[in-house]
Amino acid sequence: MKTFAESKFPGRLIAVEGLDGSGKSTQIYLLKRWLEAEGIKVYFSEWNSSELVKSATSKGKKRELLTPTTFSLIHATDFADRYERHLVPLLRAGYIVLCDRYIFTAFARDVTRGCPPDWVRGNYSFACAPDLTMFFKADLEVSLNRILEGRPKLKFFEAGMDLRLSNDPYESFKIFQGRILDQYLAMTKEFNFVIIDANEPAERQQVIVRKLVSDRIELRKFKRRRPLPLPPALRKRREVESNDQDKEEDKIA
Amino acid sequence: MSQSHRFYGHGIPHVNAQDLGGKLIVVEGADGSGRSTQIADLVTWLETSGHATVQVGLKRSTLVSEELERAQEGNVLSRTTLALFYATDFADQLENIILPALKSGFIVLADRYIYTLMARDMVRGMNEAWLKNLYGIAPEPDAVFYLSVEPQELVQRNLSKTATLDYWESGMDLGLSRDMFDSFLKYQTAMGEAFRQLEKSYHFDIIDANRLVGSVTRVLRKKISALLAKK
Repeated sequence: MKTFAESKFPGRLIAVEGLDGSGKSTQIYLLKRWLEAEGIKVYFSEWNSSELVKSATSKGKKRELLTPTTFSLIHATDFADRYERHLVPLLRAGYIVLCDRYIFTAFARDVTRGCPPDWVRGNYSFACAPDLTMFFKADLEVSLNRILEGRPKLKFFEAGMDLRLSNDPYESFKIFQGRILDQYLAMTKEFNFVIIDANEPAERQQVIVRKLVSDRIELRKFKRRRPLPLPPALRKRREVESNDQDKEEDKIA
Repeated sequence: MSQSHRFYGHGIPHVNAQDLGGKLIVVEGADGSGRSTQIADLVTWLETSGHATVQVGLKRSTLVSEELERAQEGNVLSRTTLALFYATDFADQLENIILPALKSGFIVLADRYIYTLMARDMVRGMNEAWLKNLYGIAPEPDAVFYLSVEPQELVQRNLSKTATLDYWESGMDLGLSRDMFDSFLKYQTAMGEAFRQLEKSYHFDIIDANRLVGSVTRVLRKKISALLAKK
């Protein structure tokens, strides 16, 4: 699998992976804030967020209609939609694209659900590999506590209840997450994950993340040449303001 | 009852192809090939003869059919997304209708199957090997009847039925021609070529459906009788 750089895309894609509660979303959010402040062309994309596919996915989840196969395919559809309509054009235009979860989430989850690894990987083979994949590795207990403290009601698929691991959603969630973690760890070498110790305090992780990103990617190449154009409403106000100013200046003259 | 089936590829997790009895009969062909008419006849005929029958088709799943319909109205899906969306629709019907019916020994009549989906995607530039992996979830049918009709004849039949040509059946998303009539002919020709390409890997029983409905019906009934007698 070639990276975007190897496939001659002007843009670069950075992905974060990890269990729920590993703190990866916080880290990629902070990374985004930093890159934006640096004046870099950056776009953020989240797993399972395509508007088109969302209603089908949520219906499937709510009504528990999904099997391992349709679960896998509907997420692949969602990814393809974001990939073809957002990621590829942005990467062609020289953006840094940040992905909160990428195809490895599917590789880990779908295989845990019983889908054949070759089949899942084949379905996603239209996608290039990230230029940098950071895997946030927290102790299983730490991840579990973060999730279970914050959100006491676990959803059916989130808890892996479809796998019939346990009748208790909490027990099921623990076993399920443990299996996903095993899948991730088995992929680490193959897909060049950079492992970030997610047991560390968030600030310290962010220092490591920013250092890693600036070492791996020549960031100045991704700066906007001009500042972003103002949205029309603001632009009008500015024009009015500067006209008023002109009048004032006329008076003084 | 009958001999078991096999999957084209990996199949479906936790489903053993050995457990699939019944018969899976597929009728393929473009709009205007007489597919629906033939299937309606076959259902009546089979049920009258005492065979439990179930029907499936494209874009009929509980899971995604509405969303797929909506997405197509705006024509906003790009080709990989469309391919995967249709595959999801197929998989949902496969697991909820086709497989349970086969396990119970029913006859499943499929109004088009993975081949139309693959051919459409191939015409849109998707890779054949990618499609074969994707549709490795499908069980191999007991028979695939491809109702072959010349594009020129298809045009006539579609126009006489609805006085219009369908946007997607004319492949208008491909920009083959701005003229719908020309686009329809070009697209149907390309679809025919894609089917011929697929025929190298999958077995189709090609039926000349340029003929009158009744004579196609007789051919189909005869072939299916032979299939059912084989057991």
